Amino acid sequence: MGAGQVKSIKISKNPELLALPYLKRYHVWLKKNLFATPIDTLMSITIIFILWKMTSFLWDWLLTSAVWVGTAENCRQAQGACIAFLLEKAPFILFGFYPQESIWRPLLLFCFFILLIAFSKKRERWNLNLGIFWCAFLALFFIFMDGSFIGLKRVGIEKWGGLPLTLMLAVLGIGFSYPLGIALALGRKSKLPVLKGLSIIYIESIRGVPLISLLFMSSVMMPLFLPEGVTLHKLLRAQLAIIFFSSAYMAEVVRGGLEAIPQGQWEAARALGLNKMRILQLVVLPQALRVVIAPTVNTFIGLFKDTSLVIIIALFDLMYTAKASLKDPEWLGFSVEAYMFVALIYFVFCFSMSKYSRRLEREMSKG
Amino acid sequence: MTTPIIEISEMHKWFDDFHVLKDINLKIDKGEKIVICGPSGSGKSTLVRCLNNLEKYQSGKIIVNGHLLGKRGQNVELIRKEVGMVFQNFNLFPHKNILDNLTLAPIWVRNMPKKEAEERAMEYLSLVKIDDQTYKFPAQLSGGQQQRVAIARALCMQPKIMLFDEPTSALDPEMVKEVLDVMEDLAAKGMTMLVVSHEMGFAKQIADKVLFMDEGRILESAVPELFFKCPKHARTKEFLAQVLH
Repeated sequence: MGAGQVKSIKISKNPELLALPYLKRYHVWLKKNLFATPIDTLMSITIIFILWKMTSFLWDWLLTSAVWVGTAENCRQAQGACIAFLLEKAPFILFGFYPQESIWRPLLLFCFFILLIAFSKKRERWNLNLGIFWCAFLALFFIFMDGSFIGLKRVGIEKWGGLPLTLMLAVLGIGFSYPLGIALALGRKSKLPVLKGLSIIYIESIRGVPLISLLFMSSVMMPLFLPEGVTLHKLLRAQLAIIFFSSAYMAEVVRGGLEAIPQGQWEAARALGLNKMRILQLVVLPQALRVVIAPTVNTFIGLFKDTSLVIIIALFDLMYTAKASLKDPEWLGFSVEAYMFVALIYFVFCFSMSKYSRRLEREMSKG
Repeated sequence: MTTPIIEISEMHKWFDDFHVLKDINLKIDKGEKIVICGPSGSGKSTLVRCLNNLEKYQSGKIIVNGHLLGKRGQNVELIRKEVGMVFQNFNLFPHKNILDNLTLAPIWVRNMPKKEAEERAMEYLSLVKIDDQTYKFPAQLSGGQQQRVAIARALCMQPKIMLFDEPTSALDPEMVKEVLDVMEDLAAKGMTMLVVSHEMGFAKQIADKVLFMDEGRILESAVPELFFKCPKHARTKEFLAQVLH
């Protein structure tokens, strides 16, 4: 690249290029950006060639040669993707063993969920009412999924599966591990030795073990510690394991934020007469949490994908249902399609989180 | 004989083994303006920070506005309500706009209704001549403007005493005057002020008393005319020779 020559890559924002005749603009742009030197030219051509090969392959696999309607036999004869398999298995992959005739319930809840997320995106709407909305939604989720409280056919927790289960693990995981992580971070910074010690022990021992071992413990050991007569379904125990695990990571992220706040902020707030709780609430935490938006969302994305580990204690999350769908003797051998499908779902959620975090950072850097 | 608003007697402070403040005795009357100068590391900032308990002291006595400030910070809430402080690095809250910076403490410490707090904030902003920047954020203001906001923020709590810890040291030279002007206005209104500063011109103009500190002791304390014309102590002469060229 001609160093320092090209400032704006977008033609529509470059007055110099806009002054040129229509076709000439593209000519100049290409010359500046892709073919400035022999090495540039070589690299550009190589990359364009690779991109071309990849897209043409995908195009063929996904569209031209794909089988959209038909049987497994049709699929096997064709070269492309077996979309027919996905169409056939989508309800199972998405909702697991949830009874077919009641699938409208998780579907409806999912729509609500998306609406609620869309509503929560704007920062001006973050207030107590929004928190209440979310709690109400969670209650609604359990009531509707189960059904027996409102006179619908009961669907026990052991039949929940697929996307609702994955989303539940992720949303509750994020919703609870965030405040818990903040509390732990504050505990770790506390001057009270007992509180500080306990926080450090908790954080370090949880971070020192893999999530899988926590999930095993939750499924095998936790029942032993529960008081007699109390039983907690495996799913809820796994949920707790995920919350505990993630909160330890969250605590370290928040601690980083707390340490980034200069001592002068504390001093100024103390000199004004604010007490410690108010300083945290009004001055330090708002700034600290803002500093760590990117690593926070990074932790959330990790958590979202880690929910797929519950497969090892035989919970029917999205990953499990995808895997189980491959076992149908009529439709053997379409694992690429199944895994691509769930990968796409995971990607959509994680990428949205990532994009949203960048937006938040941008908005908040203003003030 | 009125009782002094600040009374420090036989006060000592250590940072671990290091004896920062040695046998400090100081009485300040209501409305008095004191300027403290001295070489860096002489303990002048520490002394000022002891008065609102940003630093603790180990022996002696500090009485502020009639309240004994305990060595473990007893009465600190009472005292901080009456003592405003301005820092070298302004320490405005960067995530809040100017108006919110000013109303924060009145609302949360004095439980003042928001509207009233905002009205008062606007008064003080016009006093420091920044009432046109109300909704900006601190980072959008110049250093001098930020320091004036910091003064207004402290004034919003309607303190009886104002502490200034090197308020102009972090400023570009052309901004020093606008801050000193505000401080002069404040002095003229009868505020009790304790200012750590190297601005000797300012000291000459507004101070009732100038203190010179070195190695944790108050070596000299005099009205400005005497202090600058015939300093008693050799160390003071040396220091003045360096700062007044």
